[in-house]
Amino acid sequence: MTKRWLIALGLLASVLSWQARAELVIEITGGSEAALPIALVPFGSEGFTAPLDMSEVIRNDLAGSGRFSPLPKQDLISQPHEQAEVNFADWRLLRSEGLLVGKVSSVDGQTYDVQFQLFDVYKAQQLVGKRYQVPASGLRRLAHQIADQVYQALTGEIGVFATRLAFVTVINNADGSKRFALQVSDADGANPRTVLQSKEPIMSPNWSPDGDRLSYVSFENGTTEVFVQEMSSGRRDSVAAFKGINSAPSWSPDGKKLALTLSKGGNPEIYVLELVSGNLSRVTHNSQSIDTEAVWLPNSNELLFTSDRGGRPQIYKVSVDGGTASRVTFEGNYNSSPDVSPDGRYLAMVHGISGKYYIAVQDLASGAVKVLTETGRDESPSFAPNSRMILYATERNGKGVLAAVSVDGRIKQRLGEAGIDVREPAWSPIRK
Amino acid sequence: MKVIKLLTVSLILVGLAGCSSLGSSKKDSDAMQNGDVSIEDRNADSSGLEGGKAYGSDVNSEKQVIVGEGGYQDGQFNDPSSPLSHRIVYFDYDSSTVRPQDLPVLEAHAAYLSAHPNASIRVEGHTDDRGSREYNLALGERRALAIRQILMLQGAGINQFQVTSYGEERLAAEGYDESVWSKNRRVELTYLGR
Repeated sequence: MTKRWLIALGLLASVLSWQARAELVIEITGGSEAALPIALVPFGSEGFTAPLDMSEVIRNDLAGSGRFSPLPKQDLISQPHEQAEVNFADWRLLRSEGLLVGKVSSVDGQTYDVQFQLFDVYKAQQLVGKRYQVPASGLRRLAHQIADQVYQALTGEIGVFATRLAFVTVINNADGSKRFALQVSDADGANPRTVLQSKEPIMSPNWSPDGDRLSYVSFENGTTEVFVQEMSSGRRDSVAAFKGINSAPSWSPDGKKLALTLSKGGNPEIYVLELVSGNLSRVTHNSQSIDTEAVWLPNSNELLFTSDRGGRPQIYKVSVDGGTASRVTFEGNYNSSPDVSPDGRYLAMVHGISGKYYIAVQDLASGAVKVLTETGRDESPSFAPNSRMILYATERNGKGVLAAVSVDGRIKQRLGEAGIDVREPAWSPIRK
Repeated sequence: MKVIKLLTVSLILVGLAGCSSLGSSKKDSDAMQNGDVSIEDRNADSSGLEGGKAYGSDVNSEKQVIVGEGGYQDGQFNDPSSPLSHRIVYFDYDSSTVRPQDLPVLEAHAAYLSAHPNASIRVEGHTDDRGSREYNLALGERRALAIRQILMLQGAGINQFQVTSYGEERLAAEGYDESVWSKNRRVELTYLGR
C-alpha cells in the first residue's frame, strides 16, 4: 500500500525574487504501512489570529515523516484545547492513538504564549505537556520542536523536524552564465535563505556538530578553496587554498578539525586540519590513487573515504593518524560518497550498477548492502541526525531535486523547488 | 639543463599509462595538419582574440611548420587546419589515459610552449556528471595532470602551466547518453594572456 500525499507549503520567504516563484513541496512517495493514527486539533487562539498556524506546521511535519497518519480535519469530533475539554472515549472511537491539543495567546502583541499537551488516548494519560513564550519569529521553530516531541513520545526515536538543511541551487541566466547559491532552509524546506551566491560552482556543504557552521568548497577564486562560514554571525574564513584541489571538507565529531582532500603534494590525499592552530596532518599516502570524501566515524579515531587504489572507487577505512587502510565495500564496482549514520551503525553511499548510480546503505557490522533508490541518478547521501532517514540529490524532469529515504527503504519523500536545480544536500545536526 | 628537466619529467611519468607511445620523437608535420584528429574545438571562434594582437594575413601560408623549432605562428591558434586550433582533449569513462590519436595535437602544443617559454597555458580537467562530484573533481585533476605531463615530456616547462579541475561542475553538454557524456569527459587548454 502506497500512501501518496501532496502537501504544498505556503509562507515561502521571499529571500530573492527567483526563489519566491518556487514552491516547496514535500511529497511522500512511499509510506510506512504502520503509520500511527493521530488526532491533531488546531491550536486555539483566543480572540486573535495567530501569525502562524502552528498545528498546520506540526501536521505537515508528522504526515511528511511517513510515520504518522493524522486524522482528516473534518473527522475531528471536537476542538479541545486543554485536558479539561478532552473526552477520551470520543477519540478512541476514531481509533486515534495520540491526541495533540494546544493554544496560543498573545502576551503583549509581540510575545506569544504557547502551550500544548500530547495524550495517549487509550490510557487517557498526558505524555508531554509544555508551555513556552516566544516572539512571533520563533513560532515556526517552536512548532517543529513540538512535532519533535510528539514524534519522540510516540515512536521512541529522536525527532528531526527542528533541524535545517543546506543545499546548493543553480539557475541558468539568459546570457548562458550560471548563478550558484548555497542555501539553508528548515528541514521541511520552508524559510530558505541564501548564505552564499556566486557565478562559480559551490560544492560539498557540511555542517559542524554544533549546527552553526558550514564548511564548503567554492570556486569563486578560479579554483577550489575550502571555506568555513558561521551562520549566526555571518563570519567566513578561507581554511584551505593550497595549490591543486582543496575539497571534501568533513567536520570531526568535536567540531575542532576538518578532514579535507588536498592535492598540494601532486595527488589527492586525505588530510586533517586543526582549525584553531592551522596544523595539517596527512592521513593517506597512496600516490597512485584518488583518495577523497573522508567522513569521520563517531569514535573520532577513524575515517571512511573513497579511493580507487583497487582500480575502481570503493570505500576504505583508515585511522586518523594514518597507517594502512582497509577496504569496507565489496559489493559492486563503484561505491563512493560515504556518509556514516550518527549512531555509527550504517554507511550510506553512492552505489554504481552498470553505469547507473543509486543510494545504498551498508550495515557496518554485518556488511549487508541494501539499495534504497531507483532513478539511477542519485548522489550525495546525508544522514538525518536521528540516523533514520537519508537525504540525497536526484533528478526529476531534467532538474535536480532533493529526496529522502528511510534506512529500511520503506519511507520515501521528495523535497524540491520547482524550476531550480537543487543539489548537494547536507542535513544539519540537532541544534542545541 | 633541459636534459635534467626532461629526466625529471620522465621520472614523474613512470607509471603513466600510454607513455610508451610518447617515446617517439618523430615530428610528422603531416600528422599535425591532419584534419581527422578526433578533437572538437569549441573555442575556435571565440578564444584568443581579445588581446588585440595583429594576426598576419599569411596565416594560411604557414602550413609547412617544423614542430620543435618554434615554427608555429600565433595565427594558427585560429586556423582550423592547425593542430594548435585544437584545444580540447577527450577521455574514456573513468579514465585519464590520453588516446593515441590525440598525441599529435599535444605534441604541437608542447612544441609551441617549448619554443615560447614565456607563454603559459591553463589546463582545465572536466568529467561527465555521473557518480560522485568529489571523486569527479579528483578525476578531472588527474586528466589535467596527464595532459600536463605529456606536454612537459615534450619540452614544455612546469612553470608554464596553471592546472585546475572543475570535475562535473562545468558541463559542456547536458543529457543522459554516451554522446553527451563523452563531450564532458575532457581537458580544455587555454593559452593565458592571449
